[in-house]
Amino acid sequence: MTHSPQTPGVVAERLQAPALADNFSDLHPPLDAHEAHVAADRCYFCHDAPCMEACPTDIDIPLFIRQIMTGTPEAAAKTILEQNILGGMCARVCPTETLCEEVCVREVAEGEPVQIGRLQRYATDTLMRANVHPFKRAEPTGKRVAVVGAGPAGLSAAHRLAMHGHDVVIYEAKPKPGGLNEYGIATYKTVDDFAAREVDWLMQIGGITMELGKALGSDITLDGLAADFDAVFLGIGLGNTNALGIEGEELGGVVDAVKFIADLRQTDDLTKLPVGRNVVVIGGGMTAIDAAVQSKLLGAENVTLVYRRSQDKMPASEYEQHLAQSKGVHIMSGVAPVSLIGEGHVAAIELAYTDENAKPTGETFTLPADQVFKAIGQVFDEVAGLDTDGRKIKVTGAGRTSRAGVWAGGDCTAGEDLTVVAVSEGRDAAEDIHASLMG
Amino acid sequence: MADLTTDFVGIKSPNPFWLASAPPTDKEYNVRRAFEAGWGGVVWKTLGEEGPPVVNVSGPRYGAIWGADRRLLGLNNIELITDRPLQTNLDEIKRVKADYPDRAVVVSLMVPLDEDAWRKILDRVGETGADGVELNFGCPHGMAERGMGSAVGQVPEYVGQITQWVKKHSDLPCIVKLTPNITDIRQPALAAKQGGADAVSMINTINSITSVNLDAMCPEPMIDGLGTHGGYCGPAVKPIAMNMVAEVARWEKTAGIPISAIGGISTWRDAAEFMALGAGNAQVCTAAMTYGFRIVKEMCSGMSQWMDEKGYTKTSDFIGMATPRVTDWQHLNLDYVTKAEIDQDLCISCGRCFAACEDTSHQAIAMSEDRTFTVKDDECVACNLCVNVCPVEGCITMRRLEPGETDLRTGMTIPAEDDKRTWLEHPNNPMGDPLTCISRGQ
Repeated sequence: MTHSPQTPGVVAERLQAPALADNFSDLHPPLDAHEAHVAADRCYFCHDAPCMEACPTDIDIPLFIRQIMTGTPEAAAKTILEQNILGGMCARVCPTETLCEEVCVREVAEGEPVQIGRLQRYATDTLMRANVHPFKRAEPTGKRVAVVGAGPAGLSAAHRLAMHGHDVVIYEAKPKPGGLNEYGIATYKTVDDFAAREVDWLMQIGGITMELGKALGSDITLDGLAADFDAVFLGIGLGNTNALGIEGEELGGVVDAVKFIADLRQTDDLTKLPVGRNVVVIGGGMTAIDAAVQSKLLGAENVTLVYRRSQDKMPASEYEQHLAQSKGVHIMSGVAPVSLIGEGHVAAIELAYTDENAKPTGETFTLPADQVFKAIGQVFDEVAGLDTDGRKIKVTGAGRTSRAGVWAGGDCTAGEDLTVVAVSEGRDAAEDIHASLMG
Repeated sequence: MADLTTDFVGIKSPNPFWLASAPPTDKEYNVRRAFEAGWGGVVWKTLGEEGPPVVNVSGPRYGAIWGADRRLLGLNNIELITDRPLQTNLDEIKRVKADYPDRAVVVSLMVPLDEDAWRKILDRVGETGADGVELNFGCPHGMAERGMGSAVGQVPEYVGQITQWVKKHSDLPCIVKLTPNITDIRQPALAAKQGGADAVSMINTINSITSVNLDAMCPEPMIDGLGTHGGYCGPAVKPIAMNMVAEVARWEKTAGIPISAIGGISTWRDAAEFMALGAGNAQVCTAAMTYGFRIVKEMCSGMSQWMDEKGYTKTSDFIGMATPRVTDWQHLNLDYVTKAEIDQDLCISCGRCFAACEDTSHQAIAMSEDRTFTVKDDECVACNLCVNVCPVEGCITMRRLEPGETDLRTGMTIPAEDDKRTWLEHPNNPMGDPLTCISRGQ
């Protein structure tokens, strides 16, 4: 039966299918050719461009934009993909407002940057629509490299290694490749199964074998891989989430935001996905925003995002915060969860106001909550035999771990947990592996 | 409120904005719409001699170049003169002129190089009540192959001869429309003047190929796999047209002949610039073909506002004011020294000035780690390239060095303002007069 946003409890179909389809459509629709031409013309082709400096993968942004402007988006795509093989996904999910577009001189001058992200998407979409893969494998080297994790770091490393002529086997614990691109990004940022299509496109380089459902530690071991392959790259991401450590955490309806986001991405029918009437999301990062916004888009009546520090300290960008607020999410900063209340299933959350040091002031209040999403960060699962830096796998140089022959990159190593950073680390590790194998 | 009325060789119009001889003035319907919109006058699209009308292509007759937002920058065409019967045009001209007596109606003409042909058509035009005639010696395509249009305009003797015939057989004011497809525009202008022309109008369109279709390997516009050069017009040709107007306005042999300006005039400002260089009025085509007739309202309001701001009460107050300031290079003051200055508050740190200066000019801009760009006065030759490539208007300006200041590039002390040196007085000029040359000790 049909429900409404006001239906109590955690239920599916609060909104009808057409409304859901509309809510989860492309957040930024693609530019058409003329729009791209006009947007590209705004680029000043800066000398030693700040945008390029700000890009973790060092894409020559002024060049690719000029290539769009002169009617060769395919050449533009190649400029992008040479540096960032997942340039299509990054065009969709990069927080450009804190990277390239933040330092665009037109942002500085006018508060209106060149739309670098959307132009990048225009270029990469054009090439991928033609199903052109612009790279060719080098002559086979006879070397074999294992890549663990088919997320952005692993895919980037695998592609670059394959391009250099090495044979690559990717081991992925999940049933689908893509990592967070497939499971961890808001649906409206990557519609039409783009993550899977991008992997298919990437695999056209050849020389890469994908072994799905193979998890490190259970199906495969680092020792085994090290024995069987000439080199190993670990792009295993963050396997666990932080716990709240408060009373009531075991109640029904209290779930990890990453699981909710994955369910959203994997469902083939949004009307079947249950969501609470009163949703509370705990956390202040991108995962919290994605969970909160999508709860609202699924039809939750009230969605409150609670963050224990002041709003200007939220890891999610200002742009993302505004996006959430425009979708009707209530952001409460300076409050921390105290306990979850309910009989078997959560019914309310007790929260405490915090001071400027994020310490509870003593004053508390309660919000009704039939669904609570935890988004207070993911944590790394240790890998036996590798040194850590306390939080993550310790690496030096281009992703070299403490074990010879083993490299790592992406979210399981230090650095910002962004797709584009993972791509950059995977690429650079691959170059380092290549150099050491061919040394 | 400034008075925009103009009297051009005795032809009065409520404002200086006329539609040039072109498709917008090909027939009564368009011209009536133009007059209703407020145009001061029209030059009716060129009439040819009695007989079967010319035939136009039935494929595309325009080519174009655009800016990024598809702003039309230049247009070319391969359309011929009117392809409607002569009598139809004459009847329409008569009706329109009768209904709009306060507007200028000038008739453009193009017939073969034959006195009798000109006499005949002038007789017919004389019966319409039109205010004047414009001799089309300019169209560079099609008709030129038949010995008319620019084929005439390129031979000053022909220009003078036909003008004489026209003046002999008609009392109407005669405007000779010149082709820019010639090395020295002053020669046909002089021929027109000597032939008795009341005025010249310039420029007609420029020989051009706007683009090449790289799939078909054929110039555009493409007619069944072939292309031909067309006449270029629109904003892109304005600088060329302005120079030609100035050349005719300032040459002692042609100075004083009234000029009707044509060539990329799109706004009141364009018109004002041409008129400042010596044109008596302004003819418009491409801008109207791009945006429609309503643009004349902006042209009138803009020129009127500007004239009010400047204290000009009538157009003749400013016509030709800039002409005396157009000179030869050799008369430029070589002791006038400026240096580029970058306003750091306005600078957005794009670095275009740096790239332009470093790669292509004089290495006179320094770039710091934090992307601060500064001018090196000891290298800056004041070429103005940085000003022109800077995307922020007013960010880079040129400061004139004061008398007594030292030019760090040359070491020269700037002389007093009236103590100037042109090439004629410069010691490096091998043709200069040693007695008058002035050395500044560089």
